[in-house]
Formats: sequence, C-alpha cells, structure tokens
Amino acid sequence: MAIVDHMNQALRRVPAWPIYVASLGYAAWMLWLGIQNRLGADPVKVLEHEMGQMALYLLVAGLAVTPLRKLAGVNLLKFRRALGLACFFFVVCHLLVWAVLDVQRIDRVWADIVKRPYITVGMAAFVLLIPLAVTSNNLSVRKMGAAGWARLHQLVYPAAILGGVHYVMLVKGWQIRPLVFLAVIAGLIAWRFLMTRKKAASRVRTAS
Amino acid sequence: MAYRWKNTLRDKDVTDEAAFLNRRQLMAGAAAGMGLAGIGAAQARAQGLEPTSYEDITTYNNYYEFGTGKGDPVDHAHMLTTEPWSVTIDGLVDRPGDYAFEDIMAKMTVEERIYRFRCVEAWSMVVPWNGFELADLLEMAGVQSNARFVAFETALRPDEMPGVKYPVLDWPYVEGLRLDEATHPLTLMATGIYGKEIPNQNGAPLRLVVPWKYGFKSIKSIVRITLTEAEPPTSWNKANAREYGFYSNVNPQVDHPRWSQASERVIGSGLFARRQDTLMFNGYGDDVAGLYEGMDLTKFF
Repeated sequence: MAIVDHMNQALRRVPAWPIYVASLGYAAWMLWLGIQNRLGADPVKVLEHEMGQMALYLLVAGLAVTPLRKLAGVNLLKFRRALGLACFFFVVCHLLVWAVLDVQRIDRVWADIVKRPYITVGMAAFVLLIPLAVTSNNLSVRKMGAAGWARLHQLVYPAAILGGVHYVMLVKGWQIRPLVFLAVIAGLIAWRFLMTRKKAASRVRTAS
Repeated sequence: MAYRWKNTLRDKDVTDEAAFLNRRQLMAGAAAGMGLAGIGAAQARAQGLEPTSYEDITTYNNYYEFGTGKGDPVDHAHMLTTEPWSVTIDGLVDRPGDYAFEDIMAKMTVEERIYRFRCVEAWSMVVPWNGFELADLLEMAGVQSNARFVAFETALRPDEMPGVKYPVLDWPYVEGLRLDEATHPLTLMATGIYGKEIPNQNGAPLRLVVPWKYGFKSIKSIVRITLTEAEPPTSWNKANAREYGFYSNVNPQVDHPRWSQASERVIGSGLFARRQDTLMFNGYGDDVAGLYEGMDLTKFF
C-alpha cells in the first residue's frame, strides 16, 4: 500500500497540461512528417490510422482511470479530462484526414457516412463524443450538477464500444489488434456494470 | 507465344529506376512551367502512369503470411527460402509433375511489362514487371481439353511465415482463374521488378500478375498450379463471399460493400495528391472486356 501512496503523492505534483501539449505536438509532428514525405508509400493512410489509433489509446486510458483507482488504488482522476479531450482531438484529426486528404469530396464523404456501415458507426461514436467535449469544463459541471453531468458523460461507454467496433469492421479478415482493442474496451465497461450491480445487490442486502 | 502483348503504357526500352526518376523530374519541371491550371487531362493521365518507385513497390505490400501490416512483408519475408523452388503442375494436364524453377526459367521468355496495379483497398501503383506469359507455362504442361479453370496455391511454411500463426485467412492462400483469363496475353508470371529479381515480399520467386483484376488475385510465391473442370475456391471469397467474388475484376461501378471503388489513391504521390478515377478493367478493357461479354458484372463481381 505504501508504494501506491507514494505514487499518488508524486502524481499530485504532476500537472495535466503536458497531455494537451504532447497531443498537439504529436499530431503536428505527424503532419510535418507527411508534408516532408516521410510517412512511407501511403502517407494519407498512415496519418489517418495514426490519428484513429491515438484516439483509441486515449479512450482506453480514460476508461481505465476508475478501475485503476478502485482496484489498485492509483489515483489518476486529475488527468481524466485531459485524456478525454486529447482523445476527442485525435478523433477530430482522424475525421479531418479522412474527409479532406483521403475522400477529398464532400458528396463522397456524405455518401460514405450513409452507405458504409463502419463509417456510420465511426461517425456515431464521434457525434456521441461532441457533447462530452463541449461540457468538459468546470462551468458545465457546476451548471449541470455533478449527477447530471456524470449521467451525460456515460455516453462515453456507447461511444467507446462504437469506436472499437469501427476498428474491427474496417480491417480485412479477422485481425488480432482491433479485436484486442474491442475486448479491452468491453472489459473496462463490463467491469463498471458488474460493480454497480454488486453495489445495488449489497444495498438490497443491508436494507433487508 | 511470348511478346503477344505490346505495352501502350510506356516505351518498353526503359528498365532502370534512374531513367524513370529522371523523366519524372523532367515532367515535374514541365508541369511547373505550365502552371497547375495548364495541365490537361491527357498529361495528368500520363503522370498517373509514371512507374511507382522501386522503394514503394517493395516496402508497401499485402502479403498476410508475413503479417497484416503493409511493412510486415519487407520486415519478415527474408525468412522465406526461395532456393530451391519447384512448382507442382497437376490436374488436367498431359505432363503433370514437379517443375524446378530453373527448368521453367530455361524454357520461358522473360519480357518487361509495365502494368497498372490496383488493390481492392482502393490504392494503386504502376509496376514494371519482368516475367513470362502464364499461357507459355500452361502450354509446357499441356492443358487437356476438358480443363476450364486454373487453381493456384501459395507456399505455406509456418517456420518461415510468422503471419500464418493467425487465422486471418484459411491458409494456404489459394486463387483461381478461368482458363481463358489464364491464357490471356496480359496474364503474367512475374519473376522480376525493375529488371531485378523479384523480392520475397513481392512474391518470390514467381507470382501471378493479372492487371485487370484486384491485386489479391495476383497470388504470390506459387507452389502449385492445378487445371480443373470446376471453379476452384479462392481465399478471399472463402473468407467473405459478400465482399470478394471469384472474378474480382477492377470495376469502378461495383463498390466494395465497405468502400467505394470509383477512385484510388496513387501510391507515392504524397499527402496532398488528388485521388485518381479508377478505370474499368483497370484500363485494360480493350484487351479483356470480350472475356466477359454477356455477363452481369454486378452479379459476377
């Protein structure tokens, strides 16, 4: 337990802003590499996939904050907003690279959103994340009240599942990586539901 | 039988990459001089047919036996032993048997073919292949009159192919053509690229190239060719019949269920390049459209 306490103490002194700086810096660096023609034979796909992948990593990181605190006692709560907003930032980058550099035409972008299930799914995830990004500030928490704000932010669960499904659907054949991502996301969400059920059950038990 | 098809893509006297690059610079200079608005459709098309660089052709590959990443084949394919190599030719042939690679090469006429290469994933390259016509190889084995299809099989070597640990596809990789497609003058067995021996990641020591079909039809590192009466199973069709048909002719009007096939990203053209319209039969319609006369290509996709 002592190690965890030391860790939490040290973490309290670490600011969250480097997450924003690193995210912006990384996206800018990747774009720069692309402009310099240093992203290999198919720079558009590399950039597109890199942005999407970063969004998934940050999504998983954000979802892992609560289980880490409850199971291991490591408190990363102060970083969660930055993780979530950085995730949203990469989702937007991913979307922009796809629409502007890959598909290139607005009519085709729309046709893809309507016609291609994996893009429909990805877009749905993006749309679900918009209200979360917009309300990721103290003012919104105060205005909405902690409970209401928390309820709204449960939208991250369907968004995360859709994001994982989007990845599984877009690859050819059954590939391991996207399935691992989806399993981890599903696992992190399932854990929460199991915890709430357990809590509810124990409440019923103490009441009776 | 060799030299039955003349290249309209480029003069076929150019083999080394330096010459290609040189011309690319010349063209870029000309385009810059004319200004962007001055580039006509014909010239834009000519630019699209500029052969892709050797580096891009040999580092950006789909060869799932070595991993599903585009860079996996170049990282792992060196493990593949290509010497000795033999191809089993069997089924409905007069002279079935195991044909050593050197014995095949001794009898075949290798020529250069600069072909467009269109992947089902909506990207494309232009590849200067070296190879011989499949028709010549089939003639060597003697095709029997009741044969109607040709089946192909890629080597399956778990010790040398790290990707086959995963059931991405039902290994070994298999492909097939109708006999008239297989004996078409465009259909090539490639053994080289840019005048060099074909690298392992591109399907050494010999692979099929069917330029009017999506890339996955052009099966790599072939160990078996079987003449059959019935349509043979093909790997991607087995994996997902809704998405990948037996024919898989390049067709901008028939979309892949998950993405449009109307246009393609040209490999090597950079981050801000325009997509290029995909051509019917990948631009080889004059040569091959007759093979599919009367067929509903939305049904036989």
